[in-house]
Amino acid sequence: MEIPADVKKKLTIPAEEHFYAGHTACQGCGAALGLRYVLKAYGNKTIFTIPACCSTIIAGPWPYSAFNAPLFHTAFETTGAVIGGIEAALKAKGYKVKGEDGVMVVGWAGDGGTADIGLQALSGFLERGHDGLYIMYDNEAYMNTGIQRSSSTPYGAWTTNTPGGKKRFLERKPKKKVIDIVIAHKPAYAATASVAYPEDFMRKLKKAKTIKGPSFIQLFAPCPTGWRSPTDKTIELARLAVQTAYFPLFEYENGKYKLNMPSPKKEPKPLEEYLKLQGRFKYMTKEDMEILQEWVLREWEELKKKAEIFG
Amino acid sequence: MPKKVISGNYAAAYAAKHARVEVVAAYPITPQTSIIEKIAEFIANGEVENLEYVPVESEHSAMAACIGASAAGARTFTATSAQGLALMHEMLHWAAGARLPVVMVDVNRAMAPPWSVWDDQTDSLAQRDTGWLQFYAENNQEVYDGVLMAFKIGEHEKVNLPVMVIESAFILSHTYDIVDMLEQEEVDEFLPPRKPLYSLTDFDNPFSIGALGTPADYYEFRYKIAKAMEEAKKIIKEVGKEFGEKFGRDYSQMIELYKTEDADIVFMGMGSLMGTVKEAVDIFRSEGYKVGAAKVRWFRPFPREELYELAKSVEGIAVLDRNFSFGQEGILFNEAKGILYNTDANPIMKNYIVGLGGRDLTVNDVRKIASNMKKIIEKGELDKEIDWYHLKR
Repeated sequence: MEIPADVKKKLTIPAEEHFYAGHTACQGCGAALGLRYVLKAYGNKTIFTIPACCSTIIAGPWPYSAFNAPLFHTAFETTGAVIGGIEAALKAKGYKVKGEDGVMVVGWAGDGGTADIGLQALSGFLERGHDGLYIMYDNEAYMNTGIQRSSSTPYGAWTTNTPGGKKRFLERKPKKKVIDIVIAHKPAYAATASVAYPEDFMRKLKKAKTIKGPSFIQLFAPCPTGWRSPTDKTIELARLAVQTAYFPLFEYENGKYKLNMPSPKKEPKPLEEYLKLQGRFKYMTKEDMEILQEWVLREWEELKKKAEIFG
Repeated sequence: MPKKVISGNYAAAYAAKHARVEVVAAYPITPQTSIIEKIAEFIANGEVENLEYVPVESEHSAMAACIGASAAGARTFTATSAQGLALMHEMLHWAAGARLPVVMVDVNRAMAPPWSVWDDQTDSLAQRDTGWLQFYAENNQEVYDGVLMAFKIGEHEKVNLPVMVIESAFILSHTYDIVDMLEQEEVDEFLPPRKPLYSLTDFDNPFSIGALGTPADYYEFRYKIAKAMEEAKKIIKEVGKEFGEKFGRDYSQMIELYKTEDADIVFMGMGSLMGTVKEAVDIFRSEGYKVGAAKVRWFRPFPREELYELAKSVEGIAVLDRNFSFGQEGILFNEAKGILYNTDANPIMKNYIVGLGGRDLTVNDVRKIASNMKKIIEKGELDKEIDWYHLKR
């Protein structure tokens, strides 16, 4: 569809689509939105690597692909290593990597493939300083295999292997802070982003293309299927996660932290507003909610302090 | 041609250099390390151009980085050993399944526990079903030649599969021997730059590699690999012949036959132990025994036809396996027997398990095996099918 010039002028993100209709994501999928933005930001001169995750399926079975860009499907734990290898090949063969007209090398992996089984390869990718971008799309569980907990699943969440019930066998551990592990590697650039804030996400993607060295973005991407939430609430949930400071937006560059919150000075909204829209938190007691709320605020204060000291 | 006295590992490194590899990703493991150290040295000395070296954090990542690089069109090399190869196993399937002609040297080393760094073929043979071609080198010269041919064969458009070149731990990897190396120009002529059939850098015609294959298509993907493996036999012979015509060392036989024309008994095996066997054959021949040696160079694809031709004319085959498949028998023995069933070739076959974990196999050992085989053939029946030859009793 042709977009009228006056409308196009007002768009805050590019109108061009490189992520085609006909992909096979569930309704309301945050990851599919995220992919669409990444492809909008980088266009087709991008090499994608996707390990086992929802996006393997979203991209489509052989011989189809929803991507207008080359895409390599790889094994679960290898994203960091494969993008390192691709970058090395591009350099050996004399391609320009990154920059305005250069090739962008992107790894796109879920939280399980990043925080758990893929952590070692991610660490290697960061430590060796490859010129690429690793995006962890965080939907807080192994959604493609049927909603099992990952180390990125939050405290109190129901999943199929933390099923709640009489014994209250819920997730008892707080969410692993992968972004902190990444920052410990002193990468060129690291940031959190959310599908509810596409302009912020696009800006971060553009930045990752200009900075030399490895970049990492942790993208918050709600999963209605796994979160037991209405499919039209994806953006609202992603926004609430930011507004409650459950998933604060920030970036790290050259040892400096910068908060990218819509209103960083505003007090976070109560976490309950975010939790109550999701069936996965239905087993939580009042006490559980307090524990999670306390964790969120403690982490938020810590992050604010980092931004203050290393701002 | 420059001759150098070098280890098997250095022969592998020089071959990779002469093949003008573009990406090397490797993780250190004994006794493979000196291969990647030598390659790093080439880079440090400015002896190679356009070679990216990725010092990965594990063998699994080494193979993952290699497949990424190969998918992006680069000529790609790595090396490993034993536990490292086992850790790579998943990605070996990936390389073959995605039709990426990565070349890897595996330094045959026994699997732990107990810890062992010595020679044993179980590590590479355990990768039998991954879709990799496997070449077993007898000596350092064959390591060098094998790596060069591996690139040419694996990258051939009718093959497009990864290739493993296998050498013995320490017996070759760390033992110095004369290697006849080629001039760079000779290699360049024999092995032009890789022309990938497809590459992730084709931005105008983007496609995906390795997407979900439904039951409607997966089966055909497997068949195409099976077909490429059969096709590879022809390519191996062609490339081996070309190598012989150009450089004087002929590799057109997938099974190297040594004095088998009139032999009654043939010793069959793979890798460095066949050097000892050939020496033993010479001695027995001088004593008037009609014996020969059959060195299986290519284990995958398996030269079924060549084995059949050999088996038709001999009375007995002693299969020497430096490996063992628990619950069954030596792996080469198992394969060879399987191939000859349903044919009219029916020699007496006996399996000798030898040299596991680096135990020496001497000429005298081969002599004992020969006299045992002689008795069996005279009697016309086996004493036993599997003989753990060195076992302390």
